[in-house]
Formats: sequence, C-alpha cells, structure tokens
Amino acid sequence: MADKVEFELVSPEKLLVSQPVDMVVVPGSEGYLGALPGHAPLITTLKPGVIDIYADGITTISNRIFVAGGFAEVTETRCTVLAEEAVEVTALDRAAVEQQVKDLAEDLADAASDVEKRAAEGKLLVAQAKLEALGGTQTAH
Amino acid sequence: MPSLKDLKIRIDSVKSTQKITSALKMVAASKLRRAQEQAEAGRPYAERMGRMLSSLAANVPAGAQGPKLMAGTGSDQVQLLIVLTGDRGLCGGFNATIVRETKRQIARLTGEGKTVKLLTVGRKGRDLLRREFGSMIVHSYENLGGKRLGFADAAQVADKVLELFDAGEFDVASIIFNKFKSAMTQIVTVQQIVPFAVTATTEEAPASTEPKAIYEFEPSEEDILNDLLPRNLSIQVYTALLESSASFFGAQMTAMDNATRNAGDTIKKLTLNYNRTRQAFITKELIEIISGAEAV
Repeated sequence: MADKVEFELVSPEKLLVSQPVDMVVVPGSEGYLGALPGHAPLITTLKPGVIDIYADGITTISNRIFVAGGFAEVTETRCTVLAEEAVEVTALDRAAVEQQVKDLAEDLADAASDVEKRAAEGKLLVAQAKLEALGGTQTAH
Repeated sequence: MPSLKDLKIRIDSVKSTQKITSALKMVAASKLRRAQEQAEAGRPYAERMGRMLSSLAANVPAGAQGPKLMAGTGSDQVQLLIVLTGDRGLCGGFNATIVRETKRQIARLTGEGKTVKLLTVGRKGRDLLRREFGSMIVHSYENLGGKRLGFADAAQVADKVLELFDAGEFDVASIIFNKFKSAMTQIVTVQQIVPFAVTATTEEAPASTEPKAIYEFEPSEEDILNDLLPRNLSIQVYTALLESSASFFGAQMTAMDNATRNAGDTIKKLTLNYNRTRQAFITKELIEIISGAEAV
C-alpha cells in the first residue's frame, strides 16, 4: 500500500512512537475508531484502552499499546495521540494488574470524601481497562 | 607576616575547597545534560498540544464564553505568582534573580491595588520570600521530583493551581522561572498561564505547511476543551519546571567553574607568598651563619 498514516504517540516525557502505519485503531471516548489514510480531520478524547497499530497491512496488528487516556488528533495524513501514560500491552504484568484492581476496589470502598472517591474510581477504570487489554491479547493468540 | 606553617594550612584549605567546587561543577554538568535531554524530549508533546489547542480555539464559536480557564473570571483582582527556584544554593545568581523579579512583580501589582498570592516551588524561593511576604505564600513545594523530575511532579503543582482556581482563590496566574538559554545565560521569564492565552501557543508552534483543516470533534469542542485545558496547564508547568531545572544546573556549573578558577588563582598567589617567605627565611639563616663564622 502506498498510502500510510504518520502515527505519533507522545507522552509528556518523550516521543514514544513515530512511524508510518497502514491503520491505527484508537480508543475514542465515544468508541474505538480506526484511522486510515484520508480520514476526515478529527479531534477526540480517549478513554483508557488499547491502541492497535497495523504497520504491515491492515489485517495484522503489529503492536498494541495501552494508554490511560489522552487525546487524539487525526488528519488525512497524520494521527497524533497525546497520552499521559502509555505501556506496551506485552509489558503489562497480569498478576500485578489484578492485584492493582483489587487494591483499588478496596480503596474505593474505603474512600471517605467525594474527591477521594472520584480519584479512586478513575484509577480503577484505568486498571480494569488494563486487565481487559490483557484478556484481549489472550483471545487474539 | 604569616608564618610558613599558617601559609601551608591556608594553601591546603583552599586546595580542598577547589576539589569540592570542581567536583560539584562536574556533577552539575552531567545533570545539566540530563535536564536538557529531558527538556528536549518534552517538547513534541507541548508542540502538539499547542497545535491541537489552537485548532480547537479557532473552532469555538465566536461570542461563546468558553471554559473559565481560557476566558478568565472576568476580573484580574487577585493575582497568583508561581515562583520556581532551586532547592539548593551554590548556583550564582540563579535564585536571587528570580526572587528579585518576583519582588518587582509584587511591588507593581500591589501598586495597582491588586492582591498578590504566592506559590513557591523550591526551598530557596520560599526561604528568601518568607520574611518579607510570608503572609502571601499560599502553598510551597520542596524537593520536587527528587532525583529526576517527572511529569507527575508537574501535575501535582498544576492540580494545586486548578484547585485554587476552582475555589475562586485567584483570577490570574503567572509563572516566574528561569528560561534556559545556555549554560551561561538564563532569562527570567514571566508567563501567564491562567487564563490561558491562545495566541501565545500559536506563535510558538512551528508554522504548519498543511492548510487549516476543519475538524470534527468527539465529543463536543467544549468537552474536549474542558479536558484539554487542565492538561495543558500541567504541560506548561512541566515545561517551565524543566527549563528551570536545566537553568539551575547551568547556573551551578558556571558558578562552580568560576569558583574553581578563583581557588586556582588564590592557590597560585599563596604558593608564591609561601616560597618567598621560605627563601627569605633561608637567606636570613645563611646571613646569620656567615656573620657568625666571620666573628670567630
């Protein structure tokens, strides 16, 4: 395929990925969306989830990256994702994430004030999404 | 006239000072390199954030108020100054210039009849401002980031600022920090961060060659802006913190370089003095021996 999308994944601390890809699927807050070359310009917020990168052909996922939310800007030739936390799915540790989910659920139950509760809820969502991402990898294989 | 022994002691003491300053200089140089790399690595995010913001801002219908973080509270009565200094000294005029600028801003703002509040980052800034303006300091951070400054540290400061803003504690916030130009020069910069001035970022962002696209937004522009602006605030704080830390190590390196050189000069002078004294002493002894021999 001649046409490619210039995919960039940036965290505040560094530029994580910058490569031309065939397609990239990002977890938009209103649903997953795939960016192919020539996509209409779009700006969206992201929910915690997995970015699927299709670098060689639009049928094989070449890389999966978990993001804990952020923003994506899609234009005809580019797809830029601004994420605050990004980890490759393969680098996630299942046991650790499960433990995290458990701990956070406890935190949520213990949360006294509204502010604490909201913070714990947000973290729990991220952790649960991580777990979901791990489940996804297993079914995919 | 100091005795030979006194001179020897002084030379030794200056030598050990020189060892310390030159070690500090090398430490600062390596930390400077790291801080610079970090600042470099953080730039793409800030750039893209700026680009996204300006396209968003361009799409917000004219006349609409927009989020408070961008439109402001409609008043500029209470001003918050965020002062970024180092945690340590031994860095030349680094902290002093920041504090001087802060004092000038305070004088200007209070002269205009406004209320000033201070948020200090870094131990030195708090210590230096506490005596005169202690009542203005609403919060202070020390030892932020420890060994390595992360985005989380900046987010911590930004969250505090947002919390104050939401509580209506201030109308306008500016950040005062040293912008890194080179290891030798740092520029004291005052940058307004709340309400956020869109034009500032569009100027900084590199001119894009592609035509301005008409974006779709998911969810609405306003929702995205509400999400993006606090994030942008953290980024601005983060960038300023990185600049400040790079400047700090630059200033420290320069200061320690000067100190090492001065110590070298002092050692040279003292050694010369020491040798002269020693020679004079020997000559005196010789004269005594010879005149003693002649007398016999």
